[in-house]
Amino acid sequence: MSLILENIDRQVDGEEHLKNINLEFQPGSFNVLLGRTLAGKTSLMRVIAGLDKVSSGNIFMDGTNVTQSNVQKRNISMVYQQFINYPNLSVYDNIASPLKLCGTPKAEIDRKVQETAEMLHIEHFLQRFPLELSGGQQQRTAMARALVKDASIILFDEPLVNLDYKLREELRQELRDLFKLRNTIAIYATTEPNEALALGGTTSLLHQGQILQSGPAIDQYHHPINLNAADLYSEPPINLLKGRINDSELSFDNYASFPVGNQFSDIAQGDYNFGVRPSHISLVPKNDTDIELSVKVDVAEISASETFLHVANKDLQIVLQLSGVHDYRNNTAVNIYIPPEKLFIFAEGGSIIKAPSASNLGGN
Amino acid sequence: MNKIQNNKAWFLVLPVFLLVAFSAIIPLMTVVNYSVQDIFDQNNAYFVGVEWYRDVLTDPRLQASLGRQFIYSATVLSIEVPLGIAVALMMPTKGWSASLCLILLALPLLIPWNVVGTIWQIFARSDIGLLGYVVNGIGIDYNYTSSPVDAWITVVLMDVWHWTSLIALLCYSGLRAIPDAYYQAAKIDRASDWSIFRFIQFPKLKGVLIIGVLLRFMDSFMIYTEPFVLTGGGPGNSTTFLSQTLTKMAIGQFDIGPAAAFSIVYFLIVLLVSWLFFTSITHLDKDKVKEQTYD
Amino acid sequence: MAEIHLKGLAHSYIGNPQINSDYAIHEMNHVWQQGGAYALLGPSGCGKSTLLNLISGLIKPSHGSVLFDGVEVNDVSTQDRNIAQVFQFPVIYDSMTVYDNLAFPLRNMHVAKDKIDAKVREVANTLDLMSILNRKANNLSADQKQKISMGRGLVRDDVSAILFDEPLTVIDPNLKWKLRRQLKQIHERYNITMVYVTHDQLEASTFADKIALMYEGKIVQFGTPRELFENPNHTFVGYFIGSPGMNFIGLNKAIDNNTDEFTFDGMQFPLSSAQKKVLANSDSSNLKVGIRPEFIQLSNTDHPESLACNVIHTEDLGTYKIVSVQLGEQTLKVRLGEDQQSPSSKAHITFPQQWVKIYIDEYLVDLQGDSEHE
Repeated sequence: MSLILENIDRQVDGEEHLKNINLEFQPGSFNVLLGRTLAGKTSLMRVIAGLDKVSSGNIFMDGTNVTQSNVQKRNISMVYQQFINYPNLSVYDNIASPLKLCGTPKAEIDRKVQETAEMLHIEHFLQRFPLELSGGQQQRTAMARALVKDASIILFDEPLVNLDYKLREELRQELRDLFKLRNTIAIYATTEPNEALALGGTTSLLHQGQILQSGPAIDQYHHPINLNAADLYSEPPINLLKGRINDSELSFDNYASFPVGNQFSDIAQGDYNFGVRPSHISLVPKNDTDIELSVKVDVAEISASETFLHVANKDLQIVLQLSGVHDYRNNTAVNIYIPPEKLFIFAEGGSIIKAPSASNLGGN
Repeated sequence: MNKIQNNKAWFLVLPVFLLVAFSAIIPLMTVVNYSVQDIFDQNNAYFVGVEWYRDVLTDPRLQASLGRQFIYSATVLSIEVPLGIAVALMMPTKGWSASLCLILLALPLLIPWNVVGTIWQIFARSDIGLLGYVVNGIGIDYNYTSSPVDAWITVVLMDVWHWTSLIALLCYSGLRAIPDAYYQAAKIDRASDWSIFRFIQFPKLKGVLIIGVLLRFMDSFMIYTEPFVLTGGGPGNSTTFLSQTLTKMAIGQFDIGPAAAFSIVYFLIVLLVSWLFFTSITHLDKDKVKEQTYD
Repeated sequence: MAEIHLKGLAHSYIGNPQINSDYAIHEMNHVWQQGGAYALLGPSGCGKSTLLNLISGLIKPSHGSVLFDGVEVNDVSTQDRNIAQVFQFPVIYDSMTVYDNLAFPLRNMHVAKDKIDAKVREVANTLDLMSILNRKANNLSADQKQKISMGRGLVRDDVSAILFDEPLTVIDPNLKWKLRRQLKQIHERYNITMVYVTHDQLEASTFADKIALMYEGKIVQFGTPRELFENPNHTFVGYFIGSPGMNFIGLNKAIDNNTDEFTFDGMQFPLSSAQKKVLANSDSSNLKVGIRPEFIQLSNTDHPESLACNVIHTEDLGTYKIVSVQLGEQTLKVRLGEDQQSPSSKAHITFPQQWVKIYIDEYLVDLQGDSEHE
């Protein structure tokens, strides 16, 4: 089964929910939709499922135009953010329900339910009722119900968001492994960049109803197509500085200029937005060419193995992601160092001019 | 090109459309038709234009019963709504007592209208009725068949007894939908019980209250059976409400034309008042939506 | 301002608890100092919400007592405990403006009007709510609503503690960062005891000075984020803190000779003599070593101390990489920095001895003290 979305638009009461979406999903692929709340993830999934109509555009499944056919004809399963199960049916009957609907023989149902339950580690709870289970087990039940019927497309709408963070980690990995063996198209919506990166597969960035960029998440992380795309990969958010390139000098608004040699010789003079990932800034210079800025510590968030150091001066707010524990009191003056070769450069309008070359793109 | 619309859905609406046509539109049009003609018998009908309307609107009998009708609806609403909310607030929330309360409250709603009238007719009688006898027994002169004031009190009491449950049940379900966290937060903020009602419960009840008040207004404005059974509209015309006047006119006197014109006016009044009420209540919400579009 | 002391506190929802599993909270003694920022961290169902409700007074403890500044408050109602609480889902008074929401607790306490005004403006300023003070509260975004709930606690001078019950659940990831930072700044400014309940270790460790990690109704470890990370005193702490969690390998005593060697899957695990001694002296058969993915070293070349392993999978998460390696029957996770290359298939794995922790019957055996004496 392949799925092609062609020029999909959807307007509701004059508001554009989806705009010119063109996407192709390969059979057996794992796909992630990454976007903020209200970016259009759920809208897109509902259109794919056939729950909502498109305003214009076409949807093809295996080459057949299914734009007008309804949800029952599309052989789709969906897993939601809330744990949706039939509360008055046992876990077994919950999982069996889609099979019973298509009149599968009893023995076959038995075998499939057992198999799916084992895959999701809920085989011991088959006789219980959903509300007697923990959140994680309830969501596993919902997933089992989606998986059991051999749907051609399975849609996951932020399925892990209501679960404990540790459980998320485990289920995420299980899900990814599950789909390696299947010939189903999986589409997984999330707001969390880390989830997109961890799940792998093809990620499409959604922003205000439009697709910004499609491809492996890690490529998008290193080569965002514009400011919005760079900002979507924000754990913590990318730092943005307004500045200017002048000959071989770089200046940030009211600051002294920094000589950057011929680093940016291929970039025209003018005003740009400069982006730098929090993990690329340090408290000690690594190179003579590093840009030195004097700032004061706003707050130091110390996670177990890392410190997120929020610093500012009167024009800038910057966050640093440092490994190890760096306990700074508020208002301590520090110097931070930004390697110019790690700068993303965006045009005034937001489109990317230059992305830093990732040191390891050749690796696996 | 890709705008091919599937029109089959319209067929699904057809049964509803037919039903509405037969149950509402066709009868209504018949009445409109009657209201502009003077009908003597099957073959003798003359077009009279708006004459019946003019007659009806200037008829002092009708004006009086319209006035009574408004006072009546306003009275029962102003008793039933606060009382219903109060009952809902006092109801237990869990255990067997909650179920018991729900059953007790639902009971009056299950009794047919004419039976309600009969119950009160007997209950309030000053000779054998429990209520009437006791009231007279403690020295208050009470007789709903002779005193207009007593008749009014009895009719209003009956309506309150019959329908307060509806408001109470609606509010009860509305109250149950408020998450516990709100009450906890209010406690922490040291809100008084009144503040809790004013700022948490009442705002969250607004939705069900709109429906409740609307239902009660329309119902009370069209009330017929209970006062008819209880007082027969008397003494005099003191409890003769609009629908009773209308029935007398159409069935008692066979004044089909004026009765039809009256029906149309009646219908328009109910529609107008309901609409005014509904839009003014929902007005606030619309303001909020506007505000939202600023940012 | 208050110090919160849980003294012999235990709670059971069952009237007459008989066995251990009847307790939602097992007996604990615990002190939260005035002005501290604390997190109560644990998976769902570990009892952290029960504990929070015991502190806020929504539940009365079945055993032991809760003390605020040394005074028992078991029978004191929620409103008289002088605490504020921010809930998982924003609780605001819909029909009021932002200003009225913030002023509400003060008005209930009949504070003078000009004092209310000054206080509301001060708090609104801190929380960046000045520009929306006159807006109706019900159309605001979730993060603004959460700030209002918190503001209602901050306006009161008498508030001794603010309790947060997973306050960032409904907030978008990019705003979580902002809000968390504001929380932290507010804590530094107001010097109020704050207790933050969450299942997210990142939220807990970035917010709190000290974390109480709960598991099955007990606080299994109470310490700074760094302590929990570097010296988890129970395997559950190791598993729960860190992303991914600690690697554990079960060890067997080598039976063929008396050299005190410990093996897994037929391989010898490299241990220090002190570690071997501790393991050898134990009667238990539940022996484990734990090591953080961050501390494992992976290289292409052989070292005397290293073991050969297979790389099965590398996840590139942008700022770091997670490599899964197969060592015998064990799958271990290794965390590498952004610029570190991951070996392609065969690799050599080293466990730096100071980061190898010994667990007997799931509890850490602290060798820190011993090694200092040596």
